[in-house]
Amino acid sequence: MTTISLTPALPEIWLAIAGMALLMIGVFRGDGGTRSVSWLSVFVLLVAVVIVLGGAPGRIVAFGGQFVTDAFAVFVKVIVLLGSAVSIILALDYIEREDMNRFEYPVLIVLATLGMLVMVSANDLITLYLGLELQSLALYVVAAFQRDRIRSTEAGLKYFVLGALSSGMLLYGCSLIYGATGATGFEPIAQAIADNEGTASIGLIFGIVFLTAGLAFKVSAVPFHMWTPDVYEGAPTPVTALFAIAPKAAAIALFVRVMIGPFGEIVIDWRPILIAISIGSMGLGAVAAINQTNIKRLLAYSSIGNMGYALVGLAAGTESGVRGVLIYMAIYLVMTAGSFAIVLAMRQKGKMVEGISDLAGLSKTHPGMALAFAIFLFSLAGIPPLAGFFGKLYVFLAAIEAGLYTLAVFGVLASVVGAFYYLRIIKIMYFDEATVPLDKEAVGRSLGAVQAITALLIMLFFVYPSPVLTSAAMAARALFPA
Amino acid sequence: MASGWPLLSLVTFLPLVGAALILFTRGSPELVARNARNIALWTSLITFALSLFLWTGFDPDVSDFQFVEKVAWIPAFGITYHMGVDGISLFFVLLSTLLTPICVLASWEAIESRVKEYMISFLVLETLMVGTFSALDFILFYVFFEGVLIPMFLIIGVWGGPRRVYSAFKFFLYTLAGSVLMLLAILAIFFETGTTDVPTLMQGHLPSMMQKWLWLAFFASFAVKVPMWPVHTWLPDAHVEAPTAGSVILAGVLLKMGAYGFLRFSVPMLPEATAYFTPLIYTLSVVAVIYTSLVALAQEDMKKLIAYSSVAHMGFVTIGIFALNTQAVTGALYQMLSHGIVSAALFLCVGVVYDREHSREISHYGGLVDRMPIYAFVFMVFTMAAVGLPGTSGFVGEFLILTGAFQSSTWVATLAATGLVLGAAYMLYLYRRVVFGKLEKDHLKDILDLSWREIAVFAPLVVLAIWMGVYPTSFTRPMHASVVNLVTKYETASMPSPSSVAAARR
Repeated sequence: MTTISLTPALPEIWLAIAGMALLMIGVFRGDGGTRSVSWLSVFVLLVAVVIVLGGAPGRIVAFGGQFVTDAFAVFVKVIVLLGSAVSIILALDYIEREDMNRFEYPVLIVLATLGMLVMVSANDLITLYLGLELQSLALYVVAAFQRDRIRSTEAGLKYFVLGALSSGMLLYGCSLIYGATGATGFEPIAQAIADNEGTASIGLIFGIVFLTAGLAFKVSAVPFHMWTPDVYEGAPTPVTALFAIAPKAAAIALFVRVMIGPFGEIVIDWRPILIAISIGSMGLGAVAAINQTNIKRLLAYSSIGNMGYALVGLAAGTESGVRGVLIYMAIYLVMTAGSFAIVLAMRQKGKMVEGISDLAGLSKTHPGMALAFAIFLFSLAGIPPLAGFFGKLYVFLAAIEAGLYTLAVFGVLASVVGAFYYLRIIKIMYFDEATVPLDKEAVGRSLGAVQAITALLIMLFFVYPSPVLTSAAMAARALFPA
Repeated sequence: MASGWPLLSLVTFLPLVGAALILFTRGSPELVARNARNIALWTSLITFALSLFLWTGFDPDVSDFQFVEKVAWIPAFGITYHMGVDGISLFFVLLSTLLTPICVLASWEAIESRVKEYMISFLVLETLMVGTFSALDFILFYVFFEGVLIPMFLIIGVWGGPRRVYSAFKFFLYTLAGSVLMLLAILAIFFETGTTDVPTLMQGHLPSMMQKWLWLAFFASFAVKVPMWPVHTWLPDAHVEAPTAGSVILAGVLLKMGAYGFLRFSVPMLPEATAYFTPLIYTLSVVAVIYTSLVALAQEDMKKLIAYSSVAHMGFVTIGIFALNTQAVTGALYQMLSHGIVSAALFLCVGVVYDREHSREISHYGGLVDRMPIYAFVFMVFTMAAVGLPGTSGFVGEFLILTGAFQSSTWVATLAATGLVLGAAYMLYLYRRVVFGKLEKDHLKDILDLSWREIAVFAPLVVLAIWMGVYPTSFTRPMHASVVNLVTKYETASMPSPSSVAAARR
């Protein structure tokens, strides 16, 4: 481990260099080149996917133990990269139309993605923070991208202030952990805990609590969820879509890696915290969404609830729990991408609309889009045979295995409550008559393609689920050295 | 059995092919509607014809599963695509494939808007129904069982009556709330035994305490679906608001899924808990039989009356299942088949006059026999079958259930028998008010009798109702081996704790 090998970090290095190159291209081409820079960014991200997949298999630790690649990192990185690429595609038409036509937009997404990859591969509290901040700083800017619109700037500011607060808590947690164990690397921390006969000192527990608080903010879990509905609603819709996809996956992955890696020994100490966070998120996500009238706000509460389900798997703290989280996130992100592709196509007389009631009669005016949305919503409600059911199946499987019966029962009951508001949207699309129909031509080719592909993936997942399940199982195994 | 064709999968998934064909029909709205109707009818007829091969190819001397197909599906967990039918499930598959073309035909003119989506929903529903009854893997079963909610929700919500939204939500959420608990129970079983394969689980033995919890979780799901008193309240709402064909499927097939679940899963997998909870089931069933019959007597809405009668009839079925001797279980199966045909036909009878008059109020009608003699005859056959007149399908099931229940508990049999009297009362009262009397109401003066299409809808059901009443052996013979097997296994398996058996034999 004394030689410094750069190859494990090749995807990150590629993204960093390509991001800078894209910035130069953008500067020379001006804002007129946004579309080509966007497509180039998508290309850059896809190349990164290839590099990630082509990397050496097995667990490789680099940079003096600061950085790690393993099957877990590969799984999450692929999701993150694809998620970012889809976010850029979703934004293509929107940014040209809605006064956001600046080439920095895709470049910022590439840089944020770089941060996410670093997060996923973090093997040290310092690397963790580095990745998290790189991601967050890029996202703060993107949230306020419509700089002359008050809602967008408000969303950006809110996100920044609360994000900075959570970063502070996270750093404080890291310092407490360092104080208690004398190390920042994940392996040395785990070693320190093992030396202490697998028990945690008070200082370490406090450190974990603060760390958890910071991470819970990033995944928008209760009680650190307050920013989510406001930012989701205020930010321009493609930015909301971006927030809902890749960063969620990266943050959950980081959460999993931190809790399972260094603190896997003392699962008994942090499990109650995660159970509380998870129950709170599932409950709030289910109840608070019922009265929403804005579709973006509703999706925000839905994402809070969904993070609760993902954390059920983490609360189990077992290999099958991690596998559940990964499967859940992979499926959830596809549903989210599809749902936002629908929201981005909602226009009346050339203006974007966000009211749930604007979807009335969609099944008559846009049967294909309504069908796709209905598939996502039934899937989010966890109805088989759609993919969302399998996501829930695997996290509850882990919860039952770990003996967390109360959590599982609460989770499934919350999913019944949650089903109500998903059904409400279906009701509006299918049972109600349209007052002002949505524009016919609003669905661009790229949006339509995203809608169709994601809907097919969700609908036909059950036919051949093995690839996702197997790779998630491999990824989970990587975190539990036998 | 021996044929190389995956017959069961073919029957299950052929309707999906039809649905896909309908999805891609293009053209003017009238053309699309006509094509959708035709494709749906032919697909469901071919499916029905294919499913008849299941009956002819079925070996009645074998108690095991037949037409078995097993393919790895989710290898990581040993979850397989495992399908097969035995004497218990065979006729439910046939019932589903029979009622679907009838539903399509019954909706021929009644459904005018969004015909394409309607027909797709019904074909998807058929796949899910057949799958539910032939799945031999617990997860696979759950996927089909729960998937039914999606098309049914849309059928009630899009093509239903004025309070359709409320009813659709109530139906969906009630059923979902029950099912998710069953899902957890399935997962718990998976961890206890390491498999979700149904035939394997039927052999296994779970710890007594765990059985009780699992039983309650299954009960939450199946009792809502049956529906048992007091969780039956979604049914009258759903029936009243659903379009005619929706009610037909709901009463004909979906209610049977709950009872089938008890028979397939609760009884063989959790025998000790079944013995322990039998008094509970008896109590709830007797209450259902008497109480809902009384409620039915007071109804002014024809569909609501038949809906409540369904709850009462299903109360008989649950008594039969949990009496757990050969007569009673055969009777329960027979009663379910009979109810599947008779209640479906009764809803169709209501649909006939509803299509003409757009009213389901009993007081809206009277003296229909003058203008509609064929209708009066058809309605009478099914009224008699519902009442349980000897020579109709209803008699055989009720008689067997009472015989079996009497051996298990005299009280239960006696109380349930009062339900027969009440049943006769409300059905005959309904029939008298709608069909008999003088045709005095002006708006009925030019009402038309059954059309050829409607006769085609009713003919097979009339034949079946009488066939099942006159020569039950055609149906009981294939059931017998599986039922005997179920009962013997249950008796040995529920022995270990003598106290619980004593409780059951009270």
